[in-house]
Amino acid sequence: MSEELVACHDCDLIHRIGGHAEGTSGRCSRCGALLFHAKRNSIERTLALTIAGVVLYLVANSLPFLSFDIQGRVTETTLVSGIRELWGENMFSLSGLVFLTAVLAPGAQLALLAYVLVPLYFGRMPWNLHLALRLLGWLQPWSMMEVFLIGILVALVKLGDMAEIVPGLAIWSLAVLIVVLAWATVSLDNRALWRRVPVAST
Amino acid sequence: MSAVGSARSQGMVGCHACRLLVGLSSGASAGAVCPRCRAPLHSRKVNSIRRCWALLFGAAILYIPANVLPIMTTKYLGNSEPDTIMSGVLFLLEDEWPLALVVFVASIVVPLLKLVVLGYLLYSVQSGSSWRALDRTRLYRIAEAIGRWSMVDIYVVTILVALVRLDQLASVDAEIGVVFFGAVVVLTILAAQSFDPRLIWDRMEESNG
Repeated sequence: MSEELVACHDCDLIHRIGGHAEGTSGRCSRCGALLFHAKRNSIERTLALTIAGVVLYLVANSLPFLSFDIQGRVTETTLVSGIRELWGENMFSLSGLVFLTAVLAPGAQLALLAYVLVPLYFGRMPWNLHLALRLLGWLQPWSMMEVFLIGILVALVKLGDMAEIVPGLAIWSLAVLIVVLAWATVSLDNRALWRRVPVAST
Repeated sequence: MSAVGSARSQGMVGCHACRLLVGLSSGASAGAVCPRCRAPLHSRKVNSIRRCWALLFGAAILYIPANVLPIMTTKYLGNSEPDTIMSGVLFLLEDEWPLALVVFVASIVVPLLKLVVLGYLLYSVQSGSSWRALDRTRLYRIAEAIGRWSMVDIYVVTILVALVRLDQLASVDAEIGVVFFGAVVVLTILAAQSFDPRLIWDRMEESNG
């Protein structure tokens, strides 16, 4: 197997790593950062999770996740309606932040994963793979659905005394989606994908 | 697997986006791009220390109005009650203390911890410290990982505003404090991203000769 040089992204120490056998991983000998982790069946597994994620995402975004019943009057809320309310109260920056972190970033992550993995599964190269991978890397820290779920829990408790709260179907798909998306992120083998991108000779 | 010195000492740069190790011919460093992913190549993050300090100062200043000003107002049966971040925690403490602890840590402890930890790391790098580099690197990883959890309170306000909107009977409105708080969260996340942990190790190599 060919050897490769990799610099640790946390301390810059160069390592010579050999072999890309699935299931192997290596850490920096100086600072302990993960240098690489070759995943098993990365493309198939991540694609399956992405497809499940897309379905869950559509459900989570189109159905109400909470309904609020106070003396017989019921209001329902979807992911997007809170963002719209904030916008309506002239809190544009905040509304944009919630939209980015709870709706746009996870959705774009799923779309990009599908864009990258579907062609690769059928043995083709996705167009501009390097841009898709860079965008995925950029989006990841801004995708915060798991934090959103904790926010729902806190909101439920706060309203407990005031009214009857009925969790909707979207809350369950959101909970499963968080697990599926986290799992997809873990099963994605970034290094193996990057190896498919040709290196321009200078 | 064997280690052979830092990339910088070998005249190479690890691409921050795709992690390809690129050899730089001398003088080519300015404006060079990665031959694989075409991201700009930088041996270290650009202006890491100054940018991180600036973002930290901004966050520290905004941390005050974020905690003093109300983040939302609850109108219920004719009563109007403003809520700050701390009063929200105290409210939860009454019947759900584990959740109160989560919100307290996420909204008050995490931003403060990030300010202190990043400030300390910047100071230690600037003063050329070579003390416990491994632990300082771990400290950085923690500071970078926990920032997202501060978003909890912002989501709570968003959900309450969307859910409770029955004009006279009950309604929740977002207040300006939550905007300051959102800015604190974003600035501390950007500050953590702009700090370069490799600076911690550069001093080590210089002092080892």
